[in-house]
Amino acid sequence: MCLAVPAKIVSIDGDYAETEIAGVKRRISIALTPEASPGDYVLLHTGYAIAVIGEAEAEETLTILEEIASLSEVH
Amino acid sequence: MKFIDEYRDSRLARGLACRIAQRSTKTITLMEFCGGHTHAILRHGIRQLVPRTVEMRSGPGCPVCVTATADLDKAIALARLPEVIITTFGDIMRVPGSCSSLQKERANGADVRVVYSTVDALEFARANPERPVIFIGIGFETTAPTIAAAILRAHKERIENFHVLSLNKLTPQVMKALLDAGEIKLDGIICPGHVSVIIGSHPYEFIPRDYRVACAISGFEPLDILLCIDTLVEQIERGEPAVEIAYARGVKPEGNKRARQLMEGVFETCEADWRGIGVVPGSGLRLRAEYRRLDADKAFSVNVAPPREIMGCRCGDIIRGSATPLECELFTKACTPETPVGPCMVSGEGACAAYYQYGVPPDLPGA
Ligand code: SF4
Repeated sequence: MCLAVPAKIVSIDGDYAETEIAGVKRRISIALTPEASPGDYVLLHTGYAIAVIGEAEAEETLTILEEIASLSEVH
Repeated sequence: MKFIDEYRDSRLARGLACRIAQRSTKTITLMEFCGGHTHAILRHGIRQLVPRTVEMRSGPGCPVCVTATADLDKAIALARLPEVIITTFGDIMRVPGSCSSLQKERANGADVRVVYSTVDALEFARANPERPVIFIGIGFETTAPTIAAAILRAHKERIENFHVLSLNKLTPQVMKALLDAGEIKLDGIICPGHVSVIIGSHPYEFIPRDYRVACAISGFEPLDILLCIDTLVEQIERGEPAVEIAYARGVKPEGNKRARQLMEGVFETCEADWRGIGVVPGSGLRLRAEYRRLDADKAFSVNVAPPREIMGCRCGDIIRGSATPLECELFTKACTPETPVGPCMVSGEGACAAYYQYGVPPDLPGA
């Protein structure tokens, strides 16, 4: 029930936003993430965006994972 | 899909698994608090990727599973009131109370509607102004702000026929109750990712400080969970338990302030009854006095007989992490997803449903 999926904000209309999830359009509430803007990815939970996904943090995590994988390949 | 596929890369997963195996010398027990994590761990075969030194237990993080029978009975009694429309998330429909379920009540003529969002529940209230619409509010900190948002909106827009039965529950408080009970010795906790999106990492700080138990917050893709396990193993091997965020793209240390303000403005904490755990002080949320009119507990009075528990079902033990579904005699026999006996088999996040779907224990067909 705490499931949340990434959704891309297409446009904003007050407290609501049009989003796209795997090609499907859905209108969601952004009352909990007023900072969300078009182009952002948000975590969508029961019709509400609960967080704007940090793209820089996502990149950073993947860089760390790459480093770990390349170290383990050396062994 | 972006932010999903990258975190399922098998080469990166092998790299992480390799590092965990190199680091792990002590035999440890980790608990994944969240039912979503239990499902992801079994679905992606994470247990097979981590060394035998790492034992994993499921915890109480399934909101439907932990809802007490007495509270289900109350929801069922509300559904029987004339004119009432019950709105609720789907999972709870099939969970048995003492002698009925919301699904049975609907078959008997009660008006029960499954909604995807509290926005939809509020729409029902707007569309049916002459009938009371009660939303059964079940969930942890992830969901509570969305319920708070609906309450606030109903209050502002004077939607007088909208009511909420608040059965919402809080995570750090029940973690404390489990640690105080000390039934199983934990070395680390995989903290729930989407609860933490809201509350941040600070509310867990008492766990390493007072109990010397390691904490790391995890996302729900296989690489997220492996990274979280790696973080926990490192903390435990060093003997320096802490709270770390292994889900940086979703969770900030301070959480989502706006969501928390909404939740704290609408709700106050109260005691809550957890299946298998009992009453935990400060672990529930009830509507503040100014929203009293919208509180289903105050607006309707229903008589509910003392609850009767389900014979033979071990959901209570499973919720505390003291048993696995394989230890329940009904598992895969009397109890399957088609004929669920207890909530841990009904709920999409329940441990029994996860073991049934992905666990492939020896007595399952195809094993
Ligand atoms: S297998 Fe069924 S009866 Fe047994 S604990 Fe799980 S839900 Fe309860």
